[in-house]
Amino acid sequence: MNSPSTPTPFLDALPAVKLDRIPLLLLPVLALLALPLVGSFSTWVTLTFAGLAMGMIIFIIASGLTLVFGLMDVLNFGHGVFITLGAFLAASVLGRLTGWTESGSLLLNLVAVLPAMLAAMVVAGLVGFAFERLIIRPVYGQPLKQIMITMGGMIVGVELIKVIWGAQAIPLPLPTAFRGSLLFGDAAVEKYRLIAVVVGLGVFAVLSWVLSRTKLGLLIRAGVQDREMVESLGYRIGRLFIGVFVAGSALAGLGGVMWGLYQQTITPEMGGQINVLLFIVIIIGGMGSVGGCFIGSLLVGLMANYTGFLAPKVALFSNILLMVIVLMWRPEGLYPVGKR
Amino acid sequence: MNTPLLQLEAVHTHIGAYHILHGVDLQVPRGELTVLLGRNGAGKTTTLRTIMGLWGVSSGCVRFDGEDISARSTPEIAHLGIAYVPENMGVFADLTVRENMLLAARGARSIEEIDGKRLEWVFDLFPALKRFWEHPAGLLSGGQKQMLAVARAIIEPRQLLLIDEPSKGLAPAIIQNMVTAFRELKQTDTTILLVEQNFNFARQLGDRVAVMDGGRIVHVGSMAELAGDEDLQQRLLGLSLAAHQ
Amino acid sequence: MIFNRLFSGDLPRSRVLLMVLVAILAGLLLTPFVFPGAKALNVAAKICIFIVLVASFDLLLGYTGIVSFAHTMFFGIGAYGVAIALTRLGPTWTAVAVGVGAAVLLSLVLSMVIGLFSLRVKAMFYAMITLAVATAFQTLASQLSEFTGGEDGLTFKVPELLSPAFSLSEQPFLGVSLDGRLIAFYLLLAITVALFLILLRIVNSPFGRVLQAIRENAFRAEALGYQTVVYRTWSNVLSAVFATLAGALLALWLRYNGPDTSLSFEIMIDILLMVVIGGMGTLYGSVIGATLFIIVQNYLQDLMRFASEGVSKVPFLRDLLHPDRWLLWLGILFVLSVYRFPTGIVGKLRSKARGYS
Repeated sequence: MNSPSTPTPFLDALPAVKLDRIPLLLLPVLALLALPLVGSFSTWVTLTFAGLAMGMIIFIIASGLTLVFGLMDVLNFGHGVFITLGAFLAASVLGRLTGWTESGSLLLNLVAVLPAMLAAMVVAGLVGFAFERLIIRPVYGQPLKQIMITMGGMIVGVELIKVIWGAQAIPLPLPTAFRGSLLFGDAAVEKYRLIAVVVGLGVFAVLSWVLSRTKLGLLIRAGVQDREMVESLGYRIGRLFIGVFVAGSALAGLGGVMWGLYQQTITPEMGGQINVLLFIVIIIGGMGSVGGCFIGSLLVGLMANYTGFLAPKVALFSNILLMVIVLMWRPEGLYPVGKR
Repeated sequence: MNTPLLQLEAVHTHIGAYHILHGVDLQVPRGELTVLLGRNGAGKTTTLRTIMGLWGVSSGCVRFDGEDISARSTPEIAHLGIAYVPENMGVFADLTVRENMLLAARGARSIEEIDGKRLEWVFDLFPALKRFWEHPAGLLSGGQKQMLAVARAIIEPRQLLLIDEPSKGLAPAIIQNMVTAFRELKQTDTTILLVEQNFNFARQLGDRVAVMDGGRIVHVGSMAELAGDEDLQQRLLGLSLAAHQ
Repeated sequence: MIFNRLFSGDLPRSRVLLMVLVAILAGLLLTPFVFPGAKALNVAAKICIFIVLVASFDLLLGYTGIVSFAHTMFFGIGAYGVAIALTRLGPTWTAVAVGVGAAVLLSLVLSMVIGLFSLRVKAMFYAMITLAVATAFQTLASQLSEFTGGEDGLTFKVPELLSPAFSLSEQPFLGVSLDGRLIAFYLLLAITVALFLILLRIVNSPFGRVLQAIRENAFRAEALGYQTVVYRTWSNVLSAVFATLAGALLALWLRYNGPDTSLSFEIMIDILLMVVIGGMGTLYGSVIGATLFIIVQNYLQDLMRFASEGVSKVPFLRDLLHPDRWLLWLGILFVLSVYRFPTGIVGKLRSKARGYS
């Protein structure tokens, strides 16, 4: 008998397990605040979906970045390279499968997109492995050099992408069946945005499951809090870290495919341009927190779309505004990670 | 076997530019509880961290079971059967008590794979853990966290426990609970190296005692001898004794 | 010795380095006479401006150990200050003074605020926050097109003395016409030398030594009673002011300013590369880094075009050597620098001079 579920009649007065749900409320609050401002319900639905879709894609990209930071205090300024890489790989794969992508059959379209995503994840993961070994490992524990070296890695990476794919923007058209919108009453919701939301939720679900239900996930969460203790318990944090780094790079690659299809045009600079957005998201969420990163991404996505509709000029600064507000409320982000 | 389980030979340790251990010689015999006493800054914690591989050995040698482990990494040292309870307890605050224990049990992929008898034994030692099994460890009181930290170290059989100031910041009643638990633990023939500043606590448990000062071992002997000799106490532990009683 | 005073006791300390520095100075001085044509003069002017800019960044990165990505923001403020003032008030020296004054004031306040608010946090956060602020500022500058000319930027006239139409004498001197451009260039060079010597004075002052102590061990510096936040903030402010002045010089020289010339992130990356390749923590590194980088940027492409044509049959190699890929090679040099010789070219030269390498 090893299940310790026997209830004890005299429980000590311990605060009940309290999940901090206030940050979760921010999403509906923001959405509801926007409703009267936007005015029309159908427009609001469209905007909300656009915001959620954008947020989900950002989440896919940023989740690895925040975990890598949490685990090893490594902030990868070169994360954007994996996004670009994913997008360009997708363009190459889909470019060879135009027969399927233009067929209009949802099934064939999916059959074409899945290998593109897979290729992006595998290659980005492999490049991530090399990146960690060659670029990051030698300067581990030296923040100044780390910032510079990951930046340098990004410069070289972007230039290499230009060597392979050229320096110009190239189109990444959506497969035929992903185009167009679905009508819910008066509200038009683009099909691709629905897909993005579904994929994003999928990634979030898998990540949450791994982090909360598997021993590997426990190790990652424990490592984010106290690296040394994880090592003292007999686990090699280095291996854990490279695993997380590769997974994070692969997710960035996947996110790059999603983002590229969302924009429908890709450039070698796209990854670098999104870097700032990613930093804002992980700062808002609390550095190292996947849950915070999820909420932060969605907040940024929603905010960008609402303000883009209401006040396009303000939209350009909406993310920074959001970050400042959140940090004034919680200086360490929505879900501060308890670090020593 | 007569060789001590753990042996430090002229160990020097630097932290950055600071020279902390100046040639520590220490023997921890099998099956006994050795207490490492000394003032703040004497190098006790550094000694434990050096054994654990968390600080590198600059010169000298750390032998475990006769084998030189001074160049090994921390996880490798843990795998040899050494468990470490740091001064800050190293409890993962965001994880539940159950999850903390699961991580400590290296051999188990899920809680069901932990040896049930051993788990019951640990629960008997520290009943509070069972009560707060599904609570985040961060919500536990200081004493309960300390219990969790020790429980983690013994959830699987280990040859050597390195424990840093388990009595620190605890109420007298809780300290007495700890004493009981450690006595129970000693029955299992586990070898323990305990760093303490609280002489009262140490006196109730220690078989042998080593006193550190200025990064060196300045006295080695039996606890009984030190406990019975007030002059020696005064000389070795000085004011720190009075301050901590 | 007068040199020792002029260089604040911080002499090059390496014969090769000294020779290179003298060569750079001589090259800059003689550019109008030795290298004819507008391109050479423009390159020389750009080298001057970037020496100031990179040196001011080194004060922050090399001497204080802070990574900021907002340095181009201050560079841009200087450039926009002059550009806007000259556009609105006409090509007078008063307008230049107003523009520079306002820009320096704005930079002062901005850098102080950013510093006080965020220099308490870890290096990583500071890098991120400055990156976000700089991005926002760039967006702001291109949005306020009323003021800044938006994406197109501002083209304006400079005071007559500096304009190409001005002529000092009818007779060309040694084959070079003595026009306003020439005056502008030498004025620029003189200001560069002066600003550089002032920066050298700052880093070798007691203040500069405290900065280096903080860089080496912030904790200990704090324990010794130095308020690290205050020192870091001052370093941030000084560095921002010099960057602003460099920006003002840029605008005066180009008679144009737009977001891409002074605010873009590419320039930020360039500065970072120059500082690291030249050598962090020594201002001479900025001279070497800026000179090397800008020469490479402007002339390596010609060399690469030549090499690329040589291997035009080899597909991948041809693309690697494509003239547009010059940044690839500098990027690799940068990464290697950070690993292999973090003290850069100057550090290498100095350690050679000390008898080991």
